[in-house]
Amino acid sequence: MTDVTMRVWRGDANGGDFEEYHVTQNEGEVVLDIIHRIQATEAPDLACRWNCKAGKCGSCAAEINGKPRLMCMTRMDTLPEGTVTVTPMKTFPIIRDLVTDVSFNFAQAERVPALLPPPMPEDGYRMYQEDVTRGQEFRKCIECFMCQDVCHVIRDHEGNKQHYAGPRFFIRYAELEMHPLDTNDRRDLVREDMGLGYCNITKCCTEVCPEHIKITDNAIIPLKERVVDAHYDPVAWLGRKIRRRTKRSASDAAVQPAP
Amino acid sequence: MTYEHHDYDVLIIGAGGAGLRAAIEAKQSGLSVAILTKSLLGKAHTVMAEGGMAAAMGNVYPEDNWMVHFRDTMRGGKYLNNYRMAELHAKESPARVRELEQWGALFDRTKDGKILQRDFGGHRYARLAHVGDRTGLELIRTLQQKVVSMGTDVFMEVKVLRLVHDADGRVAGCVAYRRPTGEFITFGAKAVILATGGAGKSWQFTSNSWEGTGDGHAMALWAGANLIDMECIQFHPTGMVWPLSVRGLLVTEGVRGDGGVLRNSEGRRFMFDYVAPMFRAETAESEEEADKWYDDHTAGRRPPELLPRDEVARAINAEVKAGRGSPHGGVYLDIATRRSAEFIRRRLPSMYHQFMELAGVDITREAMEIGPTCHYIMGGVQVDADTAATAARGLFAAGEVAGGMHGANRLGGNSLSDLVVFGKRAGEGAVRYIAAGDVAGQMNDHQVEAAVAEALAPFEREEGENPYDIQRDLQEMMQANVGIIRTQSELEYARGQLETFTERIRNIKVKGGRAYNPGWNLATDLPAMITVCKAVTIGATLRKESRGGHTREDFPSADPEFAKFNFAHSTNGGNWDSEIVTKESTLLTMPDELKALLEEAK
Repeated sequence: MTDVTMRVWRGDANGGDFEEYHVTQNEGEVVLDIIHRIQATEAPDLACRWNCKAGKCGSCAAEINGKPRLMCMTRMDTLPEGTVTVTPMKTFPIIRDLVTDVSFNFAQAERVPALLPPPMPEDGYRMYQEDVTRGQEFRKCIECFMCQDVCHVIRDHEGNKQHYAGPRFFIRYAELEMHPLDTNDRRDLVREDMGLGYCNITKCCTEVCPEHIKITDNAIIPLKERVVDAHYDPVAWLGRKIRRRTKRSASDAAVQPAP
Repeated sequence: MTYEHHDYDVLIIGAGGAGLRAAIEAKQSGLSVAILTKSLLGKAHTVMAEGGMAAAMGNVYPEDNWMVHFRDTMRGGKYLNNYRMAELHAKESPARVRELEQWGALFDRTKDGKILQRDFGGHRYARLAHVGDRTGLELIRTLQQKVVSMGTDVFMEVKVLRLVHDADGRVAGCVAYRRPTGEFITFGAKAVILATGGAGKSWQFTSNSWEGTGDGHAMALWAGANLIDMECIQFHPTGMVWPLSVRGLLVTEGVRGDGGVLRNSEGRRFMFDYVAPMFRAETAESEEEADKWYDDHTAGRRPPELLPRDEVARAINAEVKAGRGSPHGGVYLDIATRRSAEFIRRRLPSMYHQFMELAGVDITREAMEIGPTCHYIMGGVQVDADTAATAARGLFAAGEVAGGMHGANRLGGNSLSDLVVFGKRAGEGAVRYIAAGDVAGQMNDHQVEAAVAEALAPFEREEGENPYDIQRDLQEMMQANVGIIRTQSELEYARGQLETFTERIRNIKVKGGRAYNPGWNLATDLPAMITVCKAVTIGATLRKESRGGHTREDFPSADPEFAKFNFAHSTNGGNWDSEIVTKESTLLTMPDELKALLEEAK
């Protein structure tokens, strides 16, 4: 058992400041344990989000000593000695203390045109492991939104939120575009409305991903290549003008009947 | 007072697998649907499910079919199940799994491109559709994305305080508050579906998140529905035990399905010493025989590590008690000496990650230290199997909050499939109920005002207790006295203690304001927690036998007389501190053709 000093940001949309807490720390504890101890003793109204405490739900993202981390997966004994500073994610508006308004992400999710598969055969679809492995990497995403938090396109430029979906949704678009069953085409949407071109591949998102998804290399760059192929390749452009696209437009995909 | 108010046809409380699947069904029928969740969308406890969802698709073993799955489920549940739920579940789960692929799920594949299925405890054949060890995440994300694409209204971070009736006693909606602002909000609805999950947060060592406070169990009871089998609590055999910070955190049964074995401090595979008579015929007698089974289920009988969870949890408990445990009070789960590092990392990526980062243990090199953790409540709201309707008119329940499907013990993998099978059925049940026309009218304002007043009382007291202290003491008391092994004197002590806790809850004092105040949020969870604890303890006191997830030290064997009924609880008064009344509720009579299936197995 040791004692640790925590500097935790407390406040709401109208402002706030750091408060210091001196807390006992036991072997093996993570930052979230310490936050819980503060709640259970000195400050029962200290706001933070959490659910699983196992790195599986992505609720407890915050900035620990300035870096986006999951509080439940950050062991205290891996942090440099001295005061530990915990602040809410910077890119999203503050609700209270460590809790931010992440509704930007849920609004982006509503804009994603759904998977549009062919009708399902009676005994199910056939897909091969090598074809689903790529999509499975992106579906590991736990929606902690730390990649969105660290992405300078929206972290430093609030106005860009109007026309930029962010790394979490680029992996979602990449997953759908690479899905073996999908017949939908989202390439124009991703280029025109989701702002894929704003990403200048600094890989900050990849660095903070707790699931170690290679967001930039495996999703964003291939997605950029697909968009470029579709839009700027003169042969593809001519082909598009001559024959109708075989893929359906995004709006067709919004609601599909269940089997 | 007037509050923010919304009206919907179908109101769904809970946004895990069952709630989301119910929403899809109701929405597809053209009704207006809202989902309420205490957390953000996609964070429900379903996300933590690891191993897979059981469905007799026969992709790996073509000889598998619904009849074998039904028989496994009934045996696993020690025949206390609602047979009709087990039957529907076994028949419908393959279609429910397949349809997920239409909505974007990507399961692991067999060589010929079908959905791959893995072995799990109590299932005769490899039956669990899965994605590595993150199947729950795949399920919730698929359903969440489908629900969003349909334009369903989701109210996030809304805590429901209680259900509200109309003048005729039908369930007509609910009263809740928004956690970010603390403002109250009411919802009127023609039908309400409870899909609130479990109640494990009332125990000290649990795999459940903060949300598992039994809100739906308690609200259903207060609203006039019955709770059954509440004494049947599943202690999952393999939770982490060290460091203390993660004690109780789940270690998937997939470790054992993929070849992991349990050893005591002497290095012995002790599960061979704990094979109950009912499982002896199908369980291997030697390590050699057991080890052949993993590659070919016809070459040997099943390893005893893959007995149902209640059997394994009791065995671990006994080894630790006999002094053959690990340094931190568990036993060893070893896959490192049995499978290659590459295999372990591919099949169990999040287990590898979890032990490496949280315990500093490399599971490809060392054994894991594990012990039982409170995981699942088999008991829940008594429902009609086909429609998910409860005894309270207008109220439906699906998923962990519903009782009956799993009897006295749930098989691993049957929970995720339960969510989608009965989530869909609850959606259909609500739609048909509304179509029949006899739906609720205006909500009773007095009930709304009473709930609001009760929720605000902790702010108004001059003096009082910190809710966190009460929660901690309650968890310790339940763990010590209503845990994995129970006995009359401890249960009676617990019943007395629960009265004291009721008094303490009446005297909570909350600091700070209403906006995103976790202390206050906990204060409003405690009435549900204590209600569930009381029902569990009463059931455990009355069931003077051992069956599945209910083990009595003073009545160590199963008594056939107790296999004829469930203990069903209701309240006198409908308040959180009202007296609980308990009756015997006779099990449904099974048709002869299903009985024959079980006879064949014996």
